[in-house]
Amino acid sequence: MAQVVLTLGNDVSTDTIYPGRYMATVLPTETPQYAFADLPINQKLNNHEIEPGSVIVAGENFGCGSSREQAASALKGWELTVVAKSFARIFFQNAINLGLKIIICPSIEAKEGDELQFHPDYLTNLTTQKRFPIIPLPTARQALIDGGGLIAYTRQLLLKERRP
Amino acid sequence: MGSTIVEKILAKAAGRSVVSPGEVVEPRVDLAMSHENSALVINQFQEIFKGTGLEARVWDASKIAIIFDHRVPAESAKTATNQKKVRTFVQEQGIQKFHDIRGDEGGICHQILAESGYVLPGSVVVGTDSHTTTHGALGAFAFGVGATEMASIWALGRVLNVEVPATIKVNIHGNMPWLVSAKDIILALIGKISAQGANFKVLEFHGDGIENLSTSGRLTLCNMAVEAGATSGIVPPDQETLRYLHNEAGVAISDIDLYADDDAQYDQIVDLNISELEPQVAFPHTVDNVRPLQEAVGLPIDQVMIGSCTNGRLEDIEIAAQILRGRSISRNVRMLVFPASFRVYRKALEAGYIKDLIDAGAVVMNPGCGPCLGVHEGVLGDGERGLSTTNRNFKGRMGNPNAEVFLCSPAVAAASALTGKISDPRQIITENSVNNPL
Repeated sequence: MAQVVLTLGNDVSTDTIYPGRYMATVLPTETPQYAFADLPINQKLNNHEIEPGSVIVAGENFGCGSSREQAASALKGWELTVVAKSFARIFFQNAINLGLKIIICPSIEAKEGDELQFHPDYLTNLTTQKRFPIIPLPTARQALIDGGGLIAYTRQLLLKERRP
Repeated sequence: MGSTIVEKILAKAAGRSVVSPGEVVEPRVDLAMSHENSALVINQFQEIFKGTGLEARVWDASKIAIIFDHRVPAESAKTATNQKKVRTFVQEQGIQKFHDIRGDEGGICHQILAESGYVLPGSVVVGTDSHTTTHGALGAFAFGVGATEMASIWALGRVLNVEVPATIKVNIHGNMPWLVSAKDIILALIGKISAQGANFKVLEFHGDGIENLSTSGRLTLCNMAVEAGATSGIVPPDQETLRYLHNEAGVAISDIDLYADDDAQYDQIVDLNISELEPQVAFPHTVDNVRPLQEAVGLPIDQVMIGSCTNGRLEDIEIAAQILRGRSISRNVRMLVFPASFRVYRKALEAGYIKDLIDAGAVVMNPGCGPCLGVHEGVLGDGERGLSTTNRNFKGRMGNPNAEVFLCSPAVAAASALTGKISDPRQIITENSVNNPL
């Protein structure tokens, strides 16, 4: 069970998730402080008022815009889950590469404070007692997740392909 | 069944005879570009090698390009330190395609790649920048990736687990009206198909409107393909591509054999007639909030920016200079011009355009991304309205969530700087008056 702590509309850009003015900060250990820097939730995150595993619910095309990986690493740092109707391509790939939990749920309906429960192919909004189907991640991307993220997966391949 | 251009490029790069949308391939990479965010790529790259006993060497230093452009010269100690870290890495790895902050070879990464001849038709280009789509203008399959993806590419020389994207065919027909440009075409297209209309797909451009477009315009077009969500934009390489590569990028290739098959399968076909196209403006705060210029005319503006990987080329500066020549910009606006590279800057200087601009009151800045991503060199104030030839107008994009950004062509930007209000350039110059100020 996880609580929805923020709801957003369509086309949430990486400028909202991680504003460009903080892009000189690159390390995954340092980026979380600037997650949603221009929204009130930033203060709550930095005050540790948001439980790890909490959920952001968004509309279509979440993460559009820049390829900045900080947008994914900042959310991953707080162990947030993003449920969106759809994701923009580069953000989607970055999230998978870094192990940020993302869920594609085209018909999701939820308000801040609602409790969600995740199942392999659907999620339930426990507050409204409604069920919404989840679109599974493409197999090729699931392989990266199963391999422990892109760094670990690349390391395995590298050891096979290069001799010390 | 035939193939689209990107399907052909991917098949070749993955060692297959043919590929279809949805198939998973691992294409080898011909060029891997990054900018200041190389600092993060280096971090992730070193992470990959941890505990392997292997020396952390890139797969092929000759295929890596690093260009400083996002924050030049450094706006903060943090950036300066990141840039220093990157210079050390470049030295250690022997990366030759490195463009530092220099007046002879510096500039915006996407302009540097094109004008340096680093991009060839049929190649696979990846960049840690979403606007890497730009290079489809030269017939490359070019797409943006994140920093960790790039670290993996630096290690392996290929992109892991790429799903072959479906392709949308975009037919651009007609003759472009006076003072309407490639920027207006792409804004109109994004307005039509929306900011996610091409998500995970390729936009393949065809039609006489494309054949007649210069490479400069094609770069603008493909640059903003990503604003419709596209993985990449691509223009079939032709004689104009050969001309550009030969005359402007110093690459001598005599023939290009890369085209979409007549029976290629398209996800969708979009037609756009440009004969009657009006200048377009993207209103805040999404790039697909596009309306004809007339709906914006008269809105007061505080700052005008001409530049960026979208519209900082010689053609863009030329039209601005023609509009400003012998005139003076409004006292109510600041006008900032960022040539896309020092090569462009130099040509504009030699042609007299830089003088036209500064005589009119514009500030000509150093080549680089400038305020496009909201870091420095022209951040907007609270409640201010910026008019810009850049590619994004998301809330906060120019460094201030309490400001507004409108996007337009260089002609509209220059005309508006004169009046201090969004204005129609066709009210200021006519085809005959270009070289004879009123």
